[in-house]
Amino acid sequence: MKLIRLTPPLNEKDVRKLCAGDLVSITGTIVTARDKAYAKIVSGAKLPIKLEGGIVYHCGPLLKRRPSKFKIVSAGPTTSARMDGVQVKFLETTGVRAVVGKGGIGEDVAKHFPRLGCVYLAFPGGAGALAARRIEKIEGAYWRELGDAEAMWIFRVKDFGPLVVAVDTKGNSLYRHKNGTQKIKEKR
Amino acid sequence: MLTEREVYQTAIEMLHRAETTLPKDVTRALRRALRTEQNPISKLQLELMLKNLEIARKLDAPICQDTGTFTFFVRIGRKLILNFDLREVITRAVAEATKKIPLRVNVVDPITRKPMSSNTGKEQPTIHIELTDGNEFQMDLLVRGSGAENCGRLFMLGPTEGLNGIKQAVIATLNEAGGKPCPPTIVGVGIGGSMETACLEAKRALLRPLDKKNPDPILAKLEREIEVAANRLNIGAAGLGGKNTVLGVKIEKAASHTASLAVAIAMQCWVARRASAKLVNGKLRLVRS
Repeated sequence: MKLIRLTPPLNEKDVRKLCAGDLVSITGTIVTARDKAYAKIVSGAKLPIKLEGGIVYHCGPLLKRRPSKFKIVSAGPTTSARMDGVQVKFLETTGVRAVVGKGGIGEDVAKHFPRLGCVYLAFPGGAGALAARRIEKIEGAYWRELGDAEAMWIFRVKDFGPLVVAVDTKGNSLYRHKNGTQKIKEKR
Repeated sequence: MLTEREVYQTAIEMLHRAETTLPKDVTRALRRALRTEQNPISKLQLELMLKNLEIARKLDAPICQDTGTFTFFVRIGRKLILNFDLREVITRAVAEATKKIPLRVNVVDPITRKPMSSNTGKEQPTIHIELTDGNEFQMDLLVRGSGAENCGRLFMLGPTEGLNGIKQAVIATLNEAGGKPCPPTIVGVGIGGSMETACLEAKRALLRPLDKKNPDPILAKLEREIEVAANRLNIGAAGLGGKNTVLGVKIEKAASHTASLAVAIAMQCWVARRASAKLVNGKLRLVRS
């Protein structure tokens, strides 16, 4: 399967070309955010960095403390659905164009993705050691007081993937399992 | 005599083993899932999972960044003399393993949500002690991430709902969970008892290796039937479809009130981490669980 290379910041046109089932990889900067960072952002906290066109990663990394810096030991995705209640507001507030996580997002959230021009990219949960290998460097960290798992980490990644486009901007979601096989609209 | 130091060192070793490698029955089941999967996206997920196991083993790193919370089941023969505080020693081992391996600090106060830097607190780790005859000593460890833990459910069914009601409860739980608990999962089911014993039996069921059959023929049949039904749900690996939603279903039962039928469901993610140790010829050793 062909791998599409994404280099954030993403523009809307490119994001709208992606189709459920496509495989992508990311090279560039991504930002972690989960429960607590989401709660802060949707309640109006000032964004410490610009996220427009950015890629957010649902991840609470496991780090090893070295005297001068951190080493990333394991850093796979966390359950995205925990953020479902505030996901749409988060995307509207930040202008993020791609969400990387695991387990999928609810139908109530996915239905907004066509309007928002945003995609959901899946990496298998549990594959933390593998994901950590694609993170080249910690470029920064914000809101460290929230704890290692909940802080906002800025990662520079290289060939981060393969990620599956699991929710696209055309109304497709690969998580509609109840009715058997999913039919993908507008597949190239 | 069993020493404090032996238990402490062994508990750290169990945590290390569980976090960095999976039991053989689980890796075998994952490889089997990869062989049988036809959905190309799900196949890729299973390939990545297996590749991740290889990397974690090679780098001696935790398989998943959610290094979970810990449940220890300890069986102590009543002829054995322990001249130390077993709970304190296991708790101290968790704190040390958190720094040494390292593990992510997951334990927080439930109200203030403030992290507890030692990764321990009231009932963390969770330690269930069972007194038995003789002079055995066995420790079984279950490591559980919150993705799977959050998808657990307790049903207080009517007493006449029977096997069909139990099956429906498990399938409803799996459908609701979808991709969230990191499928293919192992499903632990506790039937009967009271609210808390059903939950405990569901967790205990997860200790039984996948290739070990339930000795109770009725439960063995129920396990098979639920497994077949679950794998028809098309939830699949990582929730992206396919026929590998569960690696297995494990059931334990406890005697019930005549008016009750408690059914507890504990999910375990594909990173089904566990370890065991027991006294062999007077020495405490890690054993295959």
